[in-house]
Amino acid sequence: MRDTLTSLRYRYWPDHLLGEILSKRWTETAIPVILLLIIGLALSRSIDNFLSPASLADTARQAGEIGFIALGLALVVIVGGIDLSVGSIFALTDFCALYLLDVLGWPVPAVVAATLLCGALLGAVNGVLIGYLRLRAFITTLITLIIYRSAYDLLIQRYSNAIASSLPDIPSWDFIGGGSVFGFPTVALVYIVIAIFGHIFMTRLRPGWHITAIGGSRRSAYNSGIPVRRTIALCYVASGVLTSIGALFFASRLGTVGGDIGVGLEVIVVTATVLGGITLGGGKGSVAKSAVGVLIVLLITNGLTTMNARGGVNRMALAGILLVAAMVDIRWQKNRTRIISKVYVAPTYHALPPPPPTEIGQGGPFEQNDKLRNVELIGLGRIEAPEDVILDRHDNLYAGSRHGDIIRFLAPDYQKMEVFAHIGGQPLGMAFDREDNLYICIGGMGLYRVRPDGTVEKVTDETNRSMRSVNDDSRLRLADDLDITDDGLIFFSEATVRYEMDEWPIDGLEARGNGRIISYDTKTGTTRTELRGLKFPNGICVASDGQSILFAETFGCSIKRYWFAGPKKDAIEVVMDNLPGYPDNINLASDGNYWLALVGMRSPSLDLAWKMPGFRRRMAKRVPVDEWLFPNINTGCVVKFNEQGKIVESLWDLRGENHPMITSMREHRGYLYLGGILNNRIGRYKLDNADPNFVQYDKRWGKQS
Amino acid sequence: MKRFRFNQQEIVFAVFALLFLVFSIFLRGFLTADNMLTLLQNVAVLGILGLAMAIVVIGRGIDISLIAALAVPPGLVLQMVQNGHSLPASLLAAVLLTIAFGLINGWLIAYAEVPSLFATLATGLLLAGLGQTALFQLDVVQWSPGMDGFERLGQGTILGIPTSIVMFALACIAVSFLLRQTRWGAYIYAIGDNPYAARVTGIPSRPIIVLQYVVAALIGCFAGLVMAASVNSMPTRIFNSTLIYDVILVVVLGGIGLSGGRGGVLNVVIGTLVIGTMLNGMTIMDISYAGQNLIKGVVLLLAVITDSFLNPRNEETAQQGDI
Repeated sequence: MRDTLTSLRYRYWPDHLLGEILSKRWTETAIPVILLLIIGLALSRSIDNFLSPASLADTARQAGEIGFIALGLALVVIVGGIDLSVGSIFALTDFCALYLLDVLGWPVPAVVAATLLCGALLGAVNGVLIGYLRLRAFITTLITLIIYRSAYDLLIQRYSNAIASSLPDIPSWDFIGGGSVFGFPTVALVYIVIAIFGHIFMTRLRPGWHITAIGGSRRSAYNSGIPVRRTIALCYVASGVLTSIGALFFASRLGTVGGDIGVGLEVIVVTATVLGGITLGGGKGSVAKSAVGVLIVLLITNGLTTMNARGGVNRMALAGILLVAAMVDIRWQKNRTRIISKVYVAPTYHALPPPPPTEIGQGGPFEQNDKLRNVELIGLGRIEAPEDVILDRHDNLYAGSRHGDIIRFLAPDYQKMEVFAHIGGQPLGMAFDREDNLYICIGGMGLYRVRPDGTVEKVTDETNRSMRSVNDDSRLRLADDLDITDDGLIFFSEATVRYEMDEWPIDGLEARGNGRIISYDTKTGTTRTELRGLKFPNGICVASDGQSILFAETFGCSIKRYWFAGPKKDAIEVVMDNLPGYPDNINLASDGNYWLALVGMRSPSLDLAWKMPGFRRRMAKRVPVDEWLFPNINTGCVVKFNEQGKIVESLWDLRGENHPMITSMREHRGYLYLGGILNNRIGRYKLDNADPNFVQYDKRWGKQS
Repeated sequence: MKRFRFNQQEIVFAVFALLFLVFSIFLRGFLTADNMLTLLQNVAVLGILGLAMAIVVIGRGIDISLIAALAVPPGLVLQMVQNGHSLPASLLAAVLLTIAFGLINGWLIAYAEVPSLFATLATGLLLAGLGQTALFQLDVVQWSPGMDGFERLGQGTILGIPTSIVMFALACIAVSFLLRQTRWGAYIYAIGDNPYAARVTGIPSRPIIVLQYVVAALIGCFAGLVMAASVNSMPTRIFNSTLIYDVILVVVLGGIGLSGGRGGVLNVVIGTLVIGTMLNGMTIMDISYAGQNLIKGVVLLLAVITDSFLNPRNEETAQQGDI
């Protein structure tokens, strides 16, 4: 009863989603958006006319003006600096625009151009000081804040009367400030256009990537040849220009040069930036975050003003929000990976009946023996991690190595060893096609092909994205083993979509169906996911009927058959289940049966733990990784089974010296070649009663001349 | 490089002497007893603040909230006395407020790891806003009869020396003792020189950083009391002024590198003299407030640029997120 409840709870409650959602980058934008919605809702309830068109248009105008400044600041913060002088630049460019228009009587386009230039120059001062002279951004812009502000104060002392006395009536100027298109204020439209461009710039264009790279790691950016100083300087220039755009709209809307214009603006904008989730210190941020931050801050300040709060309260609220947001952001950035790694592992319920006996004297097909004790050793100490082994038609032996190579041992004595091809990722399963191309599953990279002359080609590294998965499962994380059908269809397994190559044992701890089987059609070049939700699918072998494949589910401890053609197309059938160990690769035997490697044997402790998901979750949260209860892969064996799923024979290495763990085996001319992912050798075992002329690919596709 | 840095104090001192000489000769009313008194009085408060800033800067931080600590707790003392509380109780309340403020600053910077410039910018706004909304009735908190006797902290003379100068000297001795004679002082230098090395050596970095900000806030409060005593009121709007830049100017011009671990009380004294003379001269020349700010800003900028050349940051020592 309790087991049933546990099983139902873990079958239908998606535990794994929390970790996957948290590791998405968009959660960092989602949190401010949710905050914005809450504040907007609260204010629209407590303040009348909050959502009236007039009020919204007014908010949009303010948001547009501040939004421009926030965009500039976002750029500067992403590149790893800060610009506190924006308030003063805002005031100075506002003065510049009004002075040129009202006192000098310049035409509007010239005023706009000159104001933008003015903003660029003021920003360039910051840029040169911080970018080229490498001063501290905070202190430098704090000083330019003072200098610009005093310059502004001096200027308005002299000219404010002249500006206030002349109020030219220019329609185009008024349109900038108060006009609207289809009910949208001009400033909001211009902001949207620039924001969209900004988004494309930051995410799709090279300079935007350079900016993010410099903010992320200045030293690495410099070492990879990015013009660090120039890019930083240009960011400050852009900040000045964007501020002057905001000032232009402000000038045309209000047309005044009061003494307190832009005072404290930097605190508002910095608060908006941090609140939006743009990380201080650089490297992370987006246009959307900036816009959301501006809206939140504006709603709060406007709400407080409407509720007649005193000026000091407003300032305190901003400062308080700023501190809390900065703190949350800093703690989150620091602990993000740790939090995610704590909640990412989401074990599920997985019950297996007691395994069949393997002890000597208990009988049964799995009874232990010592047949593998005296295997011949090939490449002892010269090869590392041959997960799979394979032989070509000319009897040469191929194996992968941990260093990302395909190693070839030359017939007939397999003493001479050479690097056949270098790929760069760890080679796992291998198979030859009709033309003797070697197809290889590379962990973390995908499906690759090595031509007989040794050239390496990528075959596929992505499949169709499934709509219901939170993790992007279009990329191949852990392609594991493959086989090729007579029609040139390649079936390969992907062991898990939730973990990387080096974390595969954690998937066993989860015991969730995270794996899948994918097909690649060599004729059309298309990749398609065939089966999902498999518990660590591993070995794959095309069955003798040519219409189905046999595949092993390592942590499901079972062998299944999947029909890809013929009358039973798309059906899945269990061939063997409740194996005493974790099945790995499957390959043809000369007598028409199949060889199967058991990489490790089941243990009562893990079997029990698999029924206790809560226990495993607590373990994953509280105990360091290297002390977790992992599946045993220290002792395994090789078995032979027939089409009906009956075990015919088993081969063991009792003393555990040569081949305690076996991930793959290949029969060739009366010998069985053994590989293991943790081994430093390949085994060669003389089979009794085997066909001495058996060559797998000659048998499959006929002898080649 | 070392020789050059050794010369920096002398250069600044020479600049001071030159300024003083030029002002004395060309400015009418500069070299009078009255003016000297004003100069020294202004300089005293600035100097005490400079000491507070020096402690923090030596520990590789910065405290923008000093002016809030200068304005609000002493303002609280005046306000409470005005409202009928006794002077010792008011002082105690102010000191407690200051310590709490310093603890918040220190916690934010040492434990929450918010950059110091940023944290103190926000906490300064918070404290000033608190004073403005909750503590004070008027922007300028007036002297009340209950404060009588306290004004001697900032007015009059002791042994012929203006009291505020004596206070500055006392503060100098205290800070100098803290920095040079105690283990905590050595820790502050170590943290400022290389925070990571200091931490792995086993220095309690975080408590020491908190200590820096508490001491800085207390010194700021002391400066505020001296100031209030000397002008018989507490203009709390001083928070909106550019006084904090003068303080940074004192520290940077005096030769305490912003990258931390260098300098001492002597540098503060020299920096204070230069700035005091400069400000006083500009006031006599009747340069407008905005004009003075402009000149101060440019001088500060030049000082920071010079500092960056004398104590250069390279890609190795500049830390990620160090803005």
